[in-house]
Amino acid sequence: MADISSNFLGIKSPNPFWLASAPPTDKKINVLRAFEAGWGGVVWKTLGSQVKNVSSRYSAVNFGGRKMMGFNNIELISDRPLNINLKEIGECLKLFPDRAMVVSLMADNDKNSWHELIKKVEDTGAHGLELNFGCPHGMTERGMGAAVGQDPEIARMVVEWVMEAAHIPVITKLTPNVHSVVPTGKAVVEAGTNALSLINTIQSITGIDLDTLVPNPYVAGKSVFGGYCGPAVKPIALKMLTTIAQDPTTSKVPVSGIGGVSTWKDAVEFLLLGASNVQVCTAAMNHGFRIVEDMCEGMNNWMDEKGFKTLDDFIGKSVEKITHWENLDINYHHIAKINPDKCIRCGLCYIACEDASHQSINMEYGKPYNTYTIKEEECVGCNLCQLVCPVNECITMVEHRVAPEYLNWIEFQKRGLPLNDH
Amino acid sequence: MIKPNRLSGEQYAENFSDIHPPFETTDAALVEANRCLFCYDAPCMKSCPTGIDVPKFIKQIATDNIKGSAHTIFSSNIMGAGCSKVCPVEKLCEGACVYNFMEEKPISIAKLQRYSTEKAMAANWQLFVRKSSTGKKVAIVGAGPAGLSCAHVLSREGIDVTIFEKESKGGGLMTYGIAAYKVTPQFCEDEVNYILGIGGIEIKYNQELGKNISLDELQKNFDAVYLGIGVGLARQLEIPGEELEGVEDAIKFIYDIRDKGYDKVAVGDKVAVIGMGMTAIDAATQAKRLGAKQVTMVYRRTEMEKPCTQVELDIAKLDGCEIIWLAAPKEIIGENNKVKQLVCSKMILGEPDASGRRSPIDTGETFTLDVDMVIKAAGQMPFEDLVNEIKFKIQRQNFNR
Repeated sequence: MADISSNFLGIKSPNPFWLASAPPTDKKINVLRAFEAGWGGVVWKTLGSQVKNVSSRYSAVNFGGRKMMGFNNIELISDRPLNINLKEIGECLKLFPDRAMVVSLMADNDKNSWHELIKKVEDTGAHGLELNFGCPHGMTERGMGAAVGQDPEIARMVVEWVMEAAHIPVITKLTPNVHSVVPTGKAVVEAGTNALSLINTIQSITGIDLDTLVPNPYVAGKSVFGGYCGPAVKPIALKMLTTIAQDPTTSKVPVSGIGGVSTWKDAVEFLLLGASNVQVCTAAMNHGFRIVEDMCEGMNNWMDEKGFKTLDDFIGKSVEKITHWENLDINYHHIAKINPDKCIRCGLCYIACEDASHQSINMEYGKPYNTYTIKEEECVGCNLCQLVCPVNECITMVEHRVAPEYLNWIEFQKRGLPLNDH
Repeated sequence: MIKPNRLSGEQYAENFSDIHPPFETTDAALVEANRCLFCYDAPCMKSCPTGIDVPKFIKQIATDNIKGSAHTIFSSNIMGAGCSKVCPVEKLCEGACVYNFMEEKPISIAKLQRYSTEKAMAANWQLFVRKSSTGKKVAIVGAGPAGLSCAHVLSREGIDVTIFEKESKGGGLMTYGIAAYKVTPQFCEDEVNYILGIGGIEIKYNQELGKNISLDELQKNFDAVYLGIGVGLARQLEIPGEELEGVEDAIKFIYDIRDKGYDKVAVGDKVAVIGMGMTAIDAATQAKRLGAKQVTMVYRRTEMEKPCTQVELDIAKLDGCEIIWLAAPKEIIGENNKVKQLVCSKMILGEPDASGRRSPIDTGETFTLDVDMVIKAAGQMPFEDLVNEIKFKIQRQNFNR
């Protein structure tokens, strides 16, 4: 059995699965249930000056008959009294001392407010602080949340304030509502943050009620931009995570990966691209805390199969596999192959290739079943047919190198090699 | 003994309730619609005799465009609602569904088709606009599926249509020739009315070609004539005893069930049904459902060669019908002019015949069944005499021109 225990800046947890700062972590009853279910830690829902929330608060994007491919919220930071939150944090710590307890903070935008809040939270015995520089709605209008995270210099200043007062590890949570997360990431690392977490939610409109013409979520005939998350944002989160892992400054600190983590596979991907642990929210909101069981078991089985004994054995292993386009090997070529024994004659590969790619699939008419084969000389190896094929391993991409040696685009140009003639 | 009114009203209602119930909820339809892979040049579509664009109409259910879905179905087949209930889809669209290759349950195409078309009929969405009148007139003989479909297409093009129907109700085979647990009389009536909703189509009932109307007359009074008279002649067995009381054609038996009401149709205690096609199944199952104590289906080949689908055969088996394979009717024996016994020849299979199926050969051995009713479902034929006579006229007319 592999060891999936996690040590994040000295904050220990039995597994790398934390619940992100959000509704599932906003009070004792939820957090205790989460710990009972097996979650390694929680980031308590953001504390700051008490706010008032609206109704409704969430909306979603469904796809292909499945619900909540993407999820959106317009909820603010905790709307409960600070002293109740603090008391409950202490109680949870006492009941589950082996779990990570990090508290998310968003103080008013002055040094004293931050210092006072940090002091109060540290008094609970919490293990770490997460600075919410990412909330894209509601708080930004008050100069907080993403308004801080979007401006590297403001973020730097706030982190400097925080580091003056903090005695426990500080994680700075980054907003994706920027063209690059690196400038703010660099600024806060330089200002002394002990770690980063990303991504927070992405500003969005999930859809519009086509009867009322009011976008979702509906609040008395109006709506606002919300924060988008869930499975749909994972690819964006992975890309942003990778840019942090590639940067010489930001890669010095550990990263807690967030953004659409729903399964153990998602979590493994975040770790492979440099995250030390992951935070989960939407998947738990969709299915409840029980999903952590398979997350632990799946990751463990995969590690056993791959021969990884601890998380550190594979954290960051895929970062170096991401290169620049100019470095890709132009002599690499692969061609689609359809296995006729597996093919179910749905024609999806054919029409995709015909209408949207390189007309590289041949259709031999049959009634009712056509036969589809690859025109090898036409196939550019784009993968589209394989991606649309509903049958696992029916279409495989078979390597047919153009030439044995590595050749990149820069060298290709230098040698004046010929471009396509059709 | 052959007698009607064997069961209570509740029993009839239960026995003849819808055998393929619809989706109970929109959610259920959506789950199924979303399973559809949206195949290109789809095998289901190519296996539909009316060429309905199945992937398109299912996709339209999934996108919450039910009106569009119904339009897609009705564009190819204005009887799409009825067909969703009566088609042997297991050997057509659903039989061809690519999920069968995955060893997965095929998409419930018929049920989804029913979902869209029932909504369209219930709301009376008239999805086609009749073009302004061209002044042309067409006569159609027969208000069955062919006649109604022809009428609807012509009406869309602005042609005025008059249909001459020998029965007192429209729908033809759908109304008079299908097991009642598949389509109810009310549904058949609703379907005809829905089709007529486009306007420009008049049906004159109780008008039979060769009796009340003549082709000459129609050709004189209309710009064109369309004959949609179906294949409603029952093939006879040509065996001794066929004239006995208690021997009936399956199409007549089914017609009576659809026309008179369940309690008015007489059925025997012990019924033999000759044949193994869809009509044989409809006759056997309905005889059982009307209260016959014992129904035995007799077929001269084996299960391998049966014309009906497995799904249909299973209905008969579940209804408790007994089946004797490799048996051909040889003689019906009567007493007081009433059916008493059916003598059958035992058969074996020989070489394949023109249909590709192995042909039955008489072994010379026989066996006898005690029965009081024999229902013949040995196939149906076109109205050959009528057609020949007409063909002759048409040829002569062309010649004269």
